[in-house]
Amino acid sequence: MASVLAVAGLEKRYRRVQALAGVDLAVEPGQLVGLLGPNGAGKSTLVKIACGLVRPTRGRAEVAGAPAGSVAARQALGYLAELFRFPGWMTADEVLALHQRLAHSPGGTAERGELLELVGLPEARRTRVAAMSKGMQQRLGIAQAMVGKPQLLLLDEPTSALDPAGRRVVRELLEELRRRGTSVLLNSHLLSEVELVCDHVVIVDHGRVVAAGAPADLRREGGVEVETAVGVRKFPDARRADVPRLVRELVAAGEDVFGVRVVTSTLEEAYLEVVE
Amino acid sequence: MTAIVLYGLRESLRRKMFAVVLVLTVGFLALYAWGAHAAFRDTRGFVGPGNENLDPDALTGAIIQGLAMFATLFLGAILSVFLTLNVIRGDAEAGLLQPLVVRPVGRARLLLARFVGAAGVAAIYVLGVYAATVAIANWAGGWTPDRVVAPGLELAAAVVVVSALALAGSVFFAPIANGIGTLMVFGAGLIAGLLGEIGQAINSQRLQHIARLASWALPFDALYEDALHRLTVDTTGFAEYVLKLGPFGGSHQAGTSLLAWSVLYLVLVLAVAVAAFSVRDL
Repeated sequence: MASVLAVAGLEKRYRRVQALAGVDLAVEPGQLVGLLGPNGAGKSTLVKIACGLVRPTRGRAEVAGAPAGSVAARQALGYLAELFRFPGWMTADEVLALHQRLAHSPGGTAERGELLELVGLPEARRTRVAAMSKGMQQRLGIAQAMVGKPQLLLLDEPTSALDPAGRRVVRELLEELRRRGTSVLLNSHLLSEVELVCDHVVIVDHGRVVAAGAPADLRREGGVEVETAVGVRKFPDARRADVPRLVRELVAAGEDVFGVRVVTSTLEEAYLEVVE
Repeated sequence: MTAIVLYGLRESLRRKMFAVVLVLTVGFLALYAWGAHAAFRDTRGFVGPGNENLDPDALTGAIIQGLAMFATLFLGAILSVFLTLNVIRGDAEAGLLQPLVVRPVGRARLLLARFVGAAGVAAIYVLGVYAATVAIANWAGGWTPDRVVAPGLELAAAVVVVSALALAGSVFFAPIANGIGTLMVFGAGLIAGLLGEIGQAINSQRLQHIARLASWALPFDALYEDALHRLTVDTTGFAEYVLKLGPFGGSHQAGTSLLAWSVLYLVLVLAVAVAAFSVRDL
């Protein structure tokens, strides 16, 4: 099946600044892809090109088979910007109704209610944006992005203004989107969050992809620790496959083995390793 | 398209600026009614030098209506500039624009819809104030312009042109720079019209030429002058001579070509705005 988002050789130059220097990336149907990288790495530029806000200098970006920025591409995506605002005089319901009309969504009142329920704002239907906290506005932003059941959701820092409870709501929401088969490109600085929910991670630095793969693949094995009667013995060069042999050797040497732990690095450690 | 127009309309009407302009307008109309009543009363006994043919009501009516039209144009221009000065760059910097642009609407339609919303509010405002001033002049002195509808429409069209300039400016400039720039352009147009009148009075071909060029470069002034001209298009005698000087730039017939150019000018300004917005990174 064709990728929902396909990016090849994408470059973007802002005068003297090379924001993207040849990025290749694909988001498959139903896949949750985490986009990681330090500030200024080019993540937001990549997302903005995908949704047609920024024109690439070179390369190709397609959404659902249509060139990024085209009407067909925009019909297929939902977008939450890193910095966004809705007019303070609009209610949550009016914001969603406006975006339903713009996205040609036939969902009506039922869709609006469902979306507010999904983002944990069922009571905020008639609340004006001006009266909402930053976190509530961010959740409304996510609901807005989901109007019209887009094939691809581009979420740029969707949890930046949320408290831990709000972040949990978003995590559950992402799980729900996975169940529904919606593809998501999640741009976030919260590595633990990305590690928890994403199927695939792409790390961008200086406008290039420096690492990509499943979170488990990006993590590195960091040796084996064996708990014995004399304490924890560390084998920093050993791998998971070495565990049976190590245990056999220790037992043969007369030691009692009480536990074995294969040490793996976190995604954060893997991330820092590639961007530093 | 309709959704964005309605959004633009509601956005326009929600602005505090609109409320301020409405309060100013009520104040202006009240003072205008008071002044018009006094002016008609005090000039009833006027006669021309050597008892030439002079209708004091026509003279007074045309002058105060011309002043009222200047005030209406000024308030309408202020309103239209403030409704459009931040439509693109300002809204993009505030993060209001991006959620709308990514929808399958098309940037051109989005821009034009915002223009229709803002220019519509400004035009309706101008038509309303113009109608009120005409009604007040009629109430105060029993005077009615020689053409009632066309001057109002031309005044509204002038404000629509100013709206288009501010909208185009919003693609390139930050809101404050755009607002100041558009109001300076507006002022320059009016001053050019005034220079033309001075040129006519002192028979300076150069000043008149500059005014003509300005009328083509900034046709909102030409529309305003033509609207003034239509107020007294059928007035003759000494009153006609006095009114030719007119208040704040005076009346001047635009002619068909300049009116047609005004329409084309509006289209060109909007086309430039659409073209620039289409390639702008947000």
